[in-house]
Amino acid sequence: MSPAELPGRFFRSELKLVFRRRRNVALLTILGLVPVLISIAVKTSNRSSRGGSIFGGISENGLFAALAALLAVLPLFLPLVVSVVAGDAIAGEASTGTLRYLLSVPVGRTRLLTVKLAAILVWCVACVATVALMGVLAGLALFPSGELTLLSGRPVAYSVGLGRLALVSGYVVVVIAMVGALGLFVSTMTEVPVAAMAATLTLTIVSEVADAVPQLSAIHGWLPTHYWLQWVDLLRDPVRTVDISTGLLVTLGYVTVFLALAWARFGGKDVTS
Amino acid sequence: MSEEGLVAGSGAGAAISSIGLTKRFGSVNAVDGVDLDVPVGSVYGFLGPNGSGKTTTIRMLLGLIFPTSGSHTLLGDDFLTSGALALSRVGALVEGPAFHPYLSGHANLVRLDAADRSADAGTVKTRVGEALDRVGLSAAAAKRYRAYSLGMRQRLGIAAALLRPRDLLVLDEPTNGLDPQGTREVRTLVSDLARGGVTVFLSSHLLSEVEQLCTAVGVMSAGRLVWQGELAHLREQQAKQVRVETPAPDAAARVLTAAGLRDVARADAIVTATLGDADPEQLVTALVRAGVGVRGFAVERPSFEEQFVGLTGEGFNVSG
Repeated sequence: MSPAELPGRFFRSELKLVFRRRRNVALLTILGLVPVLISIAVKTSNRSSRGGSIFGGISENGLFAALAALLAVLPLFLPLVVSVVAGDAIAGEASTGTLRYLLSVPVGRTRLLTVKLAAILVWCVACVATVALMGVLAGLALFPSGELTLLSGRPVAYSVGLGRLALVSGYVVVVIAMVGALGLFVSTMTEVPVAAMAATLTLTIVSEVADAVPQLSAIHGWLPTHYWLQWVDLLRDPVRTVDISTGLLVTLGYVTVFLALAWARFGGKDVTS
Repeated sequence: MSEEGLVAGSGAGAAISSIGLTKRFGSVNAVDGVDLDVPVGSVYGFLGPNGSGKTTTIRMLLGLIFPTSGSHTLLGDDFLTSGALALSRVGALVEGPAFHPYLSGHANLVRLDAADRSADAGTVKTRVGEALDRVGLSAAAAKRYRAYSLGMRQRLGIAAALLRPRDLLVLDEPTNGLDPQGTREVRTLVSDLARGGVTVFLSSHLLSEVEQLCTAVGVMSAGRLVWQGELAHLREQQAKQVRVETPAPDAAARVLTAAGLRDVARADAIVTATLGDADPEQLVTALVRAGVGVRGFAVERPSFEEQFVGLTGEGFNVSG
């Protein structure tokens, strides 16, 4: 079989659409620059930093540049870039009118949603991987790279640190995939991609704001963004898994709900665009 | 499978057959109990004023919107149970072309083909090339869609419908935005396809186009299918009219009325009436005997346009 005959042709076409779009390439580039900028800033500042915190650790070990960059992009920038692609998924096709042609090809509606979701997930992985990889590279270029001390406990080998970074990245991919699932759902409700992107980002920020209001502490545990920064537990020795697993469970719950809503909404929707 | 389907389906021998297709938006019936019967091998002209429910009907036929009630078959297959199977044999151009602006014409067609599960991936390059060639777009294949002119976009839309051999083409205003040459080319293309056995369902507001191309027509008005059948039949059905050009229209009108003609109408120097069973030769004699100067006398059928307006009603207001 030639590559074109392999199954998943539509999926690969979708990936091309996402990754060859200039806007998306620009977003990935900017994401990749974040750890570089952080590293340069730390390198050129005169302030002496102390170990024991993520930003403080950068000058002691370059691996912290990747972690610090993830910490920096997680609350706003990462949800933004995921919203852009996820919100565009169905609404973008609707606004260009290509949705009516896809459906009359015919692409089954469930199949279309599945392929769009798969592409969004790949996008999430690509975004997080870009930040992590560029962070590692910038760290290697500018800072020491031997043994490192994690947030608590004794020094570990650089390779162990890399393993932890991989775990952290995996966790971030999962929590940010929630934004992707939300975006896909919102995207089925409008023909204006920008509206879907904005709504997705707004809902995410509302959750983050609610999480910051102490008076709402009763619902904090149910907010989809509440566990986002919980990945710091992966940097402890030994790893604290309690909150991490709760975070993963809550995220999975939200993803399931958003996907079910997207499917229910899109399956019976009249496409008039 | 498809052969059997054609015979077994409720609309035997019909490329499209619908029963009571209805779409209600709020309290308005955009499409109201439409029973389409598009014979296999026909070029079916789907006519109607703006807002008469043509596009809504087409969208229902393709499964883009869901009917409030009623059902239809495509190429003999019931749409609800095996619509996907039938749709892969249907090429469509609905409400104008639509493609990704930042992809080239070629890339856009490859993208559409990739979405088609039943398309042969091995031949995609050849098929895309042929489709582009067929609509005369080969030279602009690598250009971004954004840079295409209206006519080029329309051509690309038709190319997309021709990506695979089809049994049915649903073409909504296919010559929209095309220059006279382009319009002629599309007309030739449609005729060629029809000669090759493809059923063409053509929605158009260009009556001359429909008159030239179509073998059957359906006329929509205010959500209902008000006439359907062979075009020749429709034209024959229309009552013949006499048309008298005279300096004495009043006298001429009196003569025609006296001869038992109905719908006598006069405008300036022209009197018209429905011919009915009357004999045109005797009418001329009667006019001359009554001393009416006859400058011209003709028996004619009203134009297709007049007939169309007669079916759908006058008026510029969009209905519904």
